[in-house]
Order: sequence, then C-alpha cells, then structure tokens
Amino acid sequence: MMTIELLKYILGGMTIASALLVILSKHPVRSVLYLVLTFFMISGHYILLNAQFLAIVNIIVYAGAIMVLFLFVLMLLNLNEKENPRKNDYISLISVLSGGALFLVILSVLKEGLHLQELPQMSSVGLVEELGNLLFTKYVLPFEISSILFLSAMVGALLLARKDKKTNEHL
Amino acid sequence: MNFYLILSLILFCIGIVGLITRKNMIILLMCIELMLNAVNLLLVSFSAFYKQSDPQIFVFFIIVVAAAEATIGLSIIIMAFRNNKSTDISLFNQLKG
Repeated sequence: MMTIELLKYILGGMTIASALLVILSKHPVRSVLYLVLTFFMISGHYILLNAQFLAIVNIIVYAGAIMVLFLFVLMLLNLNEKENPRKNDYISLISVLSGGALFLVILSVLKEGLHLQELPQMSSVGLVEELGNLLFTKYVLPFEISSILFLSAMVGALLLARKDKKTNEHL
Repeated sequence: MNFYLILSLILFCIGIVGLITRKNMIILLMCIELMLNAVNLLLVSFSAFYKQSDPQIFVFFIIVVAAAEATIGLSIIIMAFRNNKSTDISLFNQLKG
C-alpha cells in the first residue's frame, strides 16, 4: 500500500515536470516528444486508478496515433529556419499570472471535493467486459454517431489539405 | 481524491498558460490536447472513487473527438502554411470576415 502511494506521488511529479517541458522547450519536435512522455505518465495514473482498458487505449490512440500525426506534420512543414518566435516577456508574465489565478479560482470552487472519501466496495469498473457492456447498451447511440463524426472529419481533412490548382495559380 | 483533483487542475492550467504564451499553431493544438488529457484524468479518478463505469465511457468519447479535432486542426495548419509559409498564430489577424 505504501509503495503504491509513493509511486503515485513520484508519477505525479514527473507528469507535471514533463507537461511544463512541453510548453517551455524551444524546439517544436522536442515539445511533441515531451507530450508523448506526458501521455505515458497519464497512462500510468490510469493503471494506478484501476482503469486498464483506458490506459492501453490512451497509449495506442494518443501516444501512438495522434502524436505521430503531429510529428509527421511537423517534419513535413520543416520549420527549422525561423525557430518559433516568442511573444514578449510582458505577455508571458500576464499569462502565468492569469493561469495561477484560474488555478486558485477552480481550487476554491472544488474545496469541498477535497475531502471526498473513496467508496469501500470492490468492483469490476474499468475492465473490458464492463465497459463493452455499457458501450453497446446504454451508450450505443453516441457510439454510432461518433462514426459519422469520423467520416465527416476524414472528408473535411481531405478537402482542406488538398492542393487546389485554381487557388494556387495566383499565389 | 485530493491528489488527482489538484494534479489535473495543475495540468489544465499548464495547458492554458502554454496556449497564451506560445505562437506556433502546432504547439497551441498540443496544449489543447494536454488540457483534454487533464480532464480525462479527472474523469477517470472520479470513476475510480465512485465505482461507476460511465465516466470511462465519456473518456472514450473525448478521445474520439480529440482524434477528429487533431486531424481537422492539422489540415487547417497545413493549408495556412501553404499560403503563408509560416505557422504563426498572429497570421490569422489578416482574416476579414
């Protein structure tokens, strides 16, 4: 029990550190790689919270598919020559202040939630069987609608990224 | 509970700070993904503490929507880069409605 607690805090600290490195690192490729690291840490948290299926899905879909897509686009665009221009220090100071203010506001709202106690009984929450049952009975309509969402996203991405002869002529 | 509430709150605020500070459009999209993941972590921790499976289904749908959003956002970025040779977000100042 003690080691699990310790593991939780170590993993939490590493998650925050790698998330900070995402927004602090100068080079975009490094930023993407730190984000992949953050997603692996979050999957570790899912395993500690007994959500094995979501941990695997998070690694496969987020770290495996979406981040590789980001990396692919980043290499395709080849932004090396003019590194990322920074906004001035004034704006970054303001952004840190406003982020801290948001943190304090939400913390004060969630103050009551901080004393929640874990329900004692054991359960099969988070196993594939339980999630599959729920997904194909109670949530079957959103599940089918998400396939239409994917179809429209696919068509939209093709339409947007296509090289158009007519518009390229006058550019 | 305490720990995961504060951890996901910190991750969300890091995402917002990055969203305000950075100028590269791809990094802005990554900050949005980071914020979505903070929300996912909070939902999973609620699911573990109340012993309910429904929040995990919501996390599943958030992942689905995030995948669709990333494809559309990246194709918009490619289009903007093709027209302007830059992925600076202030390029959208030129838009006339």
